[in-house]
Amino acid sequence: MTEKNANLSEDRIAYLEGLVRQARAAAAVFTQYTQGDVDRIVKAMVTVGMEQAQHLARLAFEETKIGVLEDKAIKNMVATEFVYNYIKDKPTVGTIREYPERGVAEVAEPIGVIFSLTPITNPTATVLFKCIVAIKTRNAAVFSPHPRAWRCCQEAVKIMYETALKHGAPEGVFTCIEAPTLADNVYLMHHKDVSLIDATGGRGAVKAAYSSGKPALGVGPGNTPVYLEKTADVGMAVVDIITSKTFDNGTICASEQTVVIDDEIYDLVLKKFADLGAHICNEQETALLGRTVIDPETGFMRPMAVGQKASDIARFIGLPVEPNTKLLIAPIRGVGPEHPLSVEKLFPVLSVYRAKSVDEALKVCVDVNHAGGIGHTAVVFSRNDEIIRKFSHLINAGRIIVNSPGSIGAIGGVYNDMVPTVSFGCGTGGGNSTMDNVSVYNYLNIKRVARRTQAPMWFRVPNQIYFNMYAVESLRQFPSRSTIIVTNPVLEQIGHVDIVRRHLPLQTPVHVTVIPEAEPEVKTVMQGLEALNFYEADQIIALGGGSVIDAAKIMKLKYESPQADLEELGAPFLDIRKRVAQYPTEKTKRAPLIAISTTSGTGSEVTPFAVLFDKERGRKVTLADYSLSPDVAIVDPQFVMSMPKALTADTGIDCLTHALEAGVSVYASAYTDAHAMQAIRLVFKYLPIAYEHPDDEEARTMMHNAACIAGLAFSNASVGVCHALAHAFGARFGIAHGRANALMLPHVIAYNASVPAKFMPSPHQRSYNAHKKYATVADLLGLGGQTVEEKVKSLLVATERLLDRLEIPRSIAGLGISKEAFERAVPDLSMMAFDDPSWRPTNPRMPLLSELSDLLWSAYQGRSQAKAVEAA
Amino acid sequence: MASDGVWLSVEGQRPAHTLREARKTLEGAQGEVVLDFSSVQRIDSGALQALGDLADTASGNGIHLVLSNVSIDIYKVLKLMGLTSRFSFRL
Repeated sequence: MTEKNANLSEDRIAYLEGLVRQARAAAAVFTQYTQGDVDRIVKAMVTVGMEQAQHLARLAFEETKIGVLEDKAIKNMVATEFVYNYIKDKPTVGTIREYPERGVAEVAEPIGVIFSLTPITNPTATVLFKCIVAIKTRNAAVFSPHPRAWRCCQEAVKIMYETALKHGAPEGVFTCIEAPTLADNVYLMHHKDVSLIDATGGRGAVKAAYSSGKPALGVGPGNTPVYLEKTADVGMAVVDIITSKTFDNGTICASEQTVVIDDEIYDLVLKKFADLGAHICNEQETALLGRTVIDPETGFMRPMAVGQKASDIARFIGLPVEPNTKLLIAPIRGVGPEHPLSVEKLFPVLSVYRAKSVDEALKVCVDVNHAGGIGHTAVVFSRNDEIIRKFSHLINAGRIIVNSPGSIGAIGGVYNDMVPTVSFGCGTGGGNSTMDNVSVYNYLNIKRVARRTQAPMWFRVPNQIYFNMYAVESLRQFPSRSTIIVTNPVLEQIGHVDIVRRHLPLQTPVHVTVIPEAEPEVKTVMQGLEALNFYEADQIIALGGGSVIDAAKIMKLKYESPQADLEELGAPFLDIRKRVAQYPTEKTKRAPLIAISTTSGTGSEVTPFAVLFDKERGRKVTLADYSLSPDVAIVDPQFVMSMPKALTADTGIDCLTHALEAGVSVYASAYTDAHAMQAIRLVFKYLPIAYEHPDDEEARTMMHNAACIAGLAFSNASVGVCHALAHAFGARFGIAHGRANALMLPHVIAYNASVPAKFMPSPHQRSYNAHKKYATVADLLGLGGQTVEEKVKSLLVATERLLDRLEIPRSIAGLGISKEAFERAVPDLSMMAFDDPSWRPTNPRMPLLSELSDLLWSAYQGRSQAKAVEAA
Repeated sequence: MASDGVWLSVEGQRPAHTLREARKTLEGAQGEVVLDFSSVQRIDSGALQALGDLADTASGNGIHLVLSNVSIDIYKVLKLMGLTSRFSFRL
């Protein structure tokens, strides 16, 4: 039982239950209505509302004794005609907005039963507005007017209801509580069938609404500060303020409360106010006003003053003023309890403050804003855009009205293009759930229908690749004023650097930077960078395997963009397109990178990756960005003819791993598949020959091409778990990258080919398909098998046979690593592999830490995956 | 009239009226009573009230009340009113 019924009789409860029951049925029935249905009803209601505007204004004026009859009639018209003009073409039924380019549509769902509180200050206008908005959004409303305004509100509800019913609205769509009490409100605010509370009123109503635990639109009091800055059009400002503050005798909560005036124009402003019918109070009169219209106990305005004429208020407190006085202006010297008139005054009493500087003026405006007006409305008069900007940044108000009247400006649609309303959201500062000018979209649940979208894919590769024997001759077409060759000692020693020198354009100044053979460290890169800067290089040639080319990529990055922070750029990321780190686009120098690969495996000559060894932390850091891709790749097999057997095997398997992981990647595309499959075919055919017959030029050429082609594939589809694990345990135990991959590869194929414990989110693919891709590889290689499972097994057998033929150890244990040492390392290695960007978000299985650990142990033991699959 | 398997068509233009009339049929019926909504495109508050009353009567008389061919829009109205649990539905 959620209803609070402590102070209600059974009859009263039955009465209230009846209202809600009718509204609930009406709301349910309303869900069947079309946009055309509701638009037809709304139009009729607006027409009748306009016809009845004066009648309802009179009822409101006579019942509440507040405000100005004529202004109340205008308010009723604004609440109907202006609101209609804004909402008439707004879709509110079914699909209301579509964003085809994003695959997103917004669909309206009615709220149901709205419990609607209306204020004494704007009773009938608020009812008209809320009825129209409720019908437009297919909701039902139970109204609870202010107890001193319920008769006029009941009449307004009756007029709207009868009109709506006549034009097809559901029975019971509007009801209004007779002689409402606070206990009624509390009961209905907690009613299970009330879906939303829309409480337009004072602090009590808004607080009660929010305390109920129901979703609520609460619209409460304000305390509008006005900054009248010295560049303002003073004449216009004074008229606007009087127009606004005297409209309906100041009952609109957005009306001006304290005007902060620059010292330079203060006297002029007050004179203009006086000229136009305002009474400027002296110190004693201000004190008298403060004591009488503000309750010293509560610090709030006294109800008896609300909506009364300035001359009546003056007469009531014994202040001698002219009979036609429009406004009482009270100079104040601060904001707070000791300055009682600095609070909200919904009557034609306006405080003014003389500010000696802009900073003082803004400070006082902030003080007024925070003295009960947070989130509501503020006004600035100025011709200085910087002042307006500063004011709008400082003041917390849902409506910041510029060079126009506060109350009529805030209503919207008259002095500006804001949403027309009589209901002002005040944001969290005002305890409200919205800061909007409340309208139809606040009366709807808006559902988002999100279609599956496929982000645009890419295939990015260097625009110049020269391949086959003696492709190095193409260097002749790259003139330079200062070329740096980055290489390693062995390659220099065996004459490869001389070959490169010979093919550069004549008289090219060439300098050689030799880096150690090991994987590049930060220190190595920085040393190379010094050379680039010293020789003012305008061209870099990287001659070497993956380590040398990776080092050269990072040197180029730091040379061209010294501000690049390698630690930041190496930070983990999930999706390369959405990562935090941004690679620099501003370059202070330019030095194109020509990569000449001297091993057949890494593909680094075409990839956007560079791996840096973080010696301090004992881990590898992967940098990835297309700006790292070499500008030119030269794939000349003459540089690999003398590659040692073990290096041939290790780098060849690295190439195979690239192609297989790119092939099953969730980023794989027709473009990457073409390259991955061709690379796999070449490796299976030519790697054993290149290994067993190192002088076989065709095998060497084809393996060199295969490495580059696999690089093109994984540059765009990335790699996967095999690389992540190889990076982790390779770094820990000092195992060459290719060999580390070889140790993991069969285990990862078997892992990826089995049904994932967790699927990798992959909007690019329709379903998990790694097993099928492996089967396609088996078909391509002619390995046999009828079913997908048989073909996967064939691929595993072929892969293990290839590893055996290349004499690669088949277990980590076989490398001499003790079980104890490995056991100690495995938890860290699993976490490092999980953190490695290689698999994210491309591996076809989302790896769990326990699975990474199992894979490591499987590789440690080195049991045959082909046999394991067969046994299974 | 006491019989098994009563079938009633609900008039599309005035469902509330038909449903109120159906209550009389229910008072003498046994077993299953099927109300066919295939002609009904929209229901109003009166129809909702009548359906609630029918459910009460059926429950008191041990009658299994089946609504057939109810459109999905009307089904949602019944769902919002908490009435779906009181009937069986047949497509």
